[in-house]
Amino acid sequence: QVQLVVPMVVVFSPGSVPGDLPRPLPFRDVQEMEISVNLRTSVTSHYEMRYRSTTGQEEAALAAATAREADAALHPLQDTTMGSLTIYVVPETSSLLPQGITVYVGKHRSALVRAVGSLAALQARLREVTQVMSFTASSIVAALSDRVPNGELSPDARRNLKSSLGYEITFSLLNPDPKSHTVDWDIEGAVNRYVKPVLDKLSLVANFSVDSQILYYAVLGVTPRYDKESSSFLLSAHSLPHVINPVEARLGSSAASLYPVLNFLLYVPERSHSPLYIQDKDGAPVSTNAFHSPRWGGIMVYNVEVPASPQASLPLHVDVDMARVMEVFLAQLRLLFGLSREEVPPEFLLESPGNEGLADWELDHLLWAHTVENIATVSTTLTSLAQLLDKIGNIVIKDDVASEVYRAVASVQSAVTKLSLGHLHAAFQASKEAVTSSEKAFFDPSLLHLLYFPDDQKFAIYIPLFLPMAVPILLSLAKIVRETRLHKKEPTKMD
Amino acid sequence: GGMAAALLPLPLLLLLAAGPGPGRADAGQERRDALREELTPLPTGDVAATFQFRTRWDADLQRGAVSHYRLFPKALGRLVAALGVRELHLALTQGFWRTRYWGQPPLQAPAGAELWVWFQPTVTDVDKAWKELSNILSGIFCASLNFIDLTNTVIPTASFKPLGLANGTDHHLLRYAVLPREVVCTENLTPWKKLLPCGSKAGLAVLLKAERLFHSSYHSQAVHIRPICRDASCLAMSWELRQTLTVVFDFFSSGQGKKDWSLFKMFSRTLTDTCPLASQSKVYVDISPKNKEKELLEVSPAPTSVYEAVVQGDKKTYAVYDLLNPSLFNTSRSLNVQLKWKRPQDSSEMPIPTLHAQRYVGGYGLQTGEICTLIYNTHPYRAFPVILLETVPWYLRLYVHTLTIITKGKENKPSYIHYQPAQDRRRPHLLEMLIQLPANSVTKITIQFERALLKWTEYPPDPNHGFYVGSSVLSALVPSVTAMKDMDVEQSPLFTSLFPSSDGSSYFVRLYTEPLLVNLPTPDFSMPYNVICLTCTVVAVCYGSFYNLLTRTFHVEEPSRGGLAKRLANVIRKFRGVPPL
Repeated sequence: QVQLVVPMVVVFSPGSVPGDLPRPLPFRDVQEMEISVNLRTSVTSHYEMRYRSTTGQEEAALAAATAREADAALHPLQDTTMGSLTIYVVPETSSLLPQGITVYVGKHRSALVRAVGSLAALQARLREVTQVMSFTASSIVAALSDRVPNGELSPDARRNLKSSLGYEITFSLLNPDPKSHTVDWDIEGAVNRYVKPVLDKLSLVANFSVDSQILYYAVLGVTPRYDKESSSFLLSAHSLPHVINPVEARLGSSAASLYPVLNFLLYVPERSHSPLYIQDKDGAPVSTNAFHSPRWGGIMVYNVEVPASPQASLPLHVDVDMARVMEVFLAQLRLLFGLSREEVPPEFLLESPGNEGLADWELDHLLWAHTVENIATVSTTLTSLAQLLDKIGNIVIKDDVASEVYRAVASVQSAVTKLSLGHLHAAFQASKEAVTSSEKAFFDPSLLHLLYFPDDQKFAIYIPLFLPMAVPILLSLAKIVRETRLHKKEPTKMD
Repeated sequence: GGMAAALLPLPLLLLLAAGPGPGRADAGQERRDALREELTPLPTGDVAATFQFRTRWDADLQRGAVSHYRLFPKALGRLVAALGVRELHLALTQGFWRTRYWGQPPLQAPAGAELWVWFQPTVTDVDKAWKELSNILSGIFCASLNFIDLTNTVIPTASFKPLGLANGTDHHLLRYAVLPREVVCTENLTPWKKLLPCGSKAGLAVLLKAERLFHSSYHSQAVHIRPICRDASCLAMSWELRQTLTVVFDFFSSGQGKKDWSLFKMFSRTLTDTCPLASQSKVYVDISPKNKEKELLEVSPAPTSVYEAVVQGDKKTYAVYDLLNPSLFNTSRSLNVQLKWKRPQDSSEMPIPTLHAQRYVGGYGLQTGEICTLIYNTHPYRAFPVILLETVPWYLRLYVHTLTIITKGKENKPSYIHYQPAQDRRRPHLLEMLIQLPANSVTKITIQFERALLKWTEYPPDPNHGFYVGSSVLSALVPSVTAMKDMDVEQSPLFTSLFPSSDGSSYFVRLYTEPLLVNLPTPDFSMPYNVICLTCTVVAVCYGSFYNLLTRTFHVEEPSRGGLAKRLANVIRKFRGVPPL
């Protein structure tokens, strides 16, 4: 049974303490939440809350003019262990938060919350904040999506990438018409400027490698429809699933590693098919001209501006505006990691993560989900291994396989213990080790079940013995049956 | 890209090439790519065509965590960077190049799959990297390269030197393996074509149609990756990927005895445009005059230029078609190079190449045998040394004391011998020798072997087909009859620039002999099952009768109504109205 413990500190600034506190500050309290995944699996979460009032330093920091400055000033005063949260309750009339905003979530692991009258109301608000900043029931269910009965999973839950020890990110520029367009993109600079900061932050979660390629004569699998009104070409939403397949054959597999690949494709349409726009389900053009494919990556269509003079000589030189492209790709990357900022209630204000691309609490959000997913993966892997062993009685388990299994079990147990102690980072590391060990054991070549001679074939070989031997036995059985029948009919015939 | 074509009097040679052109500066990196194709019609009526595509990447693959690819294929680039590959040469071949009749090949490869790789000195576990590399390549090219393991890998000491830039030649960084059983077909060609920047959509590669290419006497496709000098001063390094494809068509039998050919007849396609990414794209047709009878041949349309060079010791003239020259496509929308013979050609022989070789298995019975190699030096007055590399699987146990080398009736002592005996199920025999070939001579090398018995699980499917022994490799610097000029490697056509020539008086040749097919004593694999069936049946029959004997109950039979005769008699009596018996 997995228990997720979130250590939280709730700090009341003067004038924000609700009237109906059960005890004088400081005191501790535990809130529970039960997340049920399926009939047999459920995860409980504990929010260990410590209520206290502000210290002098914190009061000084909260006196800043804006929430952003206050957040920056408060950061050195907080507990910065992963998974922990610090929430500052500011008076209802505080000018720190803009009008109409009740919660401000900072760049790190803290939030400012506007006070409400009663403790119950405050706790309800705190619950919302903690769900945004750590995990929600749906993010945990998405992490355990393998165990959820098929129909009950929301499409969003299937979008998130599976937890893995590493990911390969490939940016591909597709130029189907090199005769008309010479496309240049400064991918190296763009990766350094936009992608690297995010990946540096995410390096705690997994290893990332980034590369890029340019593919020529790579066309989409769908011919776009010509729209006379706008004199442009349109790709409708329902045809998008067919777009990827022919392109994917050209992308090249990641032969050198086993990590999942995230593909981001920039498609410069052929001259005869431009401009090209993507339509959503309602027929309206998509503003970003991009779409993503769950657990696979994203595609963006980049239209080349038609030159003013029609006599402009071909090929046309195109320099890709990387800021525009990377904005879309980074948003898709966040989406694929389940870090979308769209599902936040309107009265929440989220600080933009700035250059780092990712706030500390978003990282925690990812770690919670991945830790739970890793634990589930390990238990599935070990269960299948056990089932295999049950099925083939004479399979040989080598010592190294056995030790990997033991190590996986020990690591997964330690991960569960650390989760229940609120040590998120240690739990994540342990769960990663457990995944590595369990996969190593499961994919050991000596466990290939085809290596073992199945019993039905042994039986087939001995059919030439069994069949002729069975014939007289069956015949005599039939004879016995016949005789007993006769015997019953004519009992008088016997002496 | 550029393309050039040349015609020989009898052998015609057509080369399509895209050589390096002016590079485009791009983010501080200059990248160039080049393609070339070569077609050689042979005296027997065969036409050989060689395609060469070269992609040059002016970047250091081994450094930098983030890799950005433009023309160089990412799959191979990642491989080279991740596994510390210094040089990679992979060839997949169907058929055998008949050097004796077809002349010196531009690039020969042994039948089946051949892979040889130099690793960087930084690679600590070369065997592991080699295993990993062959597995990945087998995935990329859909070939069974994953069957390369210690039992068919050797470390040659002298035969395979790096073709690109190399600091040292510590041969422990080299691995060489041949899989003679490998069958090459469309599934290997498609991934090979996918590595080209333009794929098979534009440029010379549109001619590569699988149904024509595999309807041929010889098909060989290869990938060569090596580091080269970026410019003449050689201060910086570039990576070169060369994709070559050689195919030999038999036109004499399919073309009603005529030796005329055209691109359309060969590939059932014509050239319509160039790959817009190529900096050079040329077709070369071999139109070298033989016996001063130049007028015998006619190429159409008129070539854009004529190129003369000494290639492998022969003076050759090539008609060159530069596809990047816009005038070529002005008159007609497509280019269909044609070659016609003005009068019917009688069997004028192709000159016998200076160096050629033959190999066969001798002996009888299933216990011992003999491998014989014949090496011919037809040079009228020059002797030259040749390095012979033999790789023999462990299940043929070589007796080294039976090794004899005989030239002109006398024993010929090799000046260098490297022999590594096989270990059962661990590694093959490796025999390398440096042999001096006197002028105008035949050298016969024989070595005896004994056939080993395999375990029953070690036999491949269809073991009665026999076991292949890979081609032996001959490497030599052959003295040239005609003096060669030094050429700028970047400017000369691609087909002259893979092997470095040491000086003007000799040229490098690498030849492969025929692969051998040896029968091993093969058990009857159905025997165990037959034995089981037979014994089981016998046991079952015995059991059945014994069981019958034990379980049958015996009754005393009452006398019956009589035999058949009596009943018949009664029937007759009934008819007659007489009472029955």
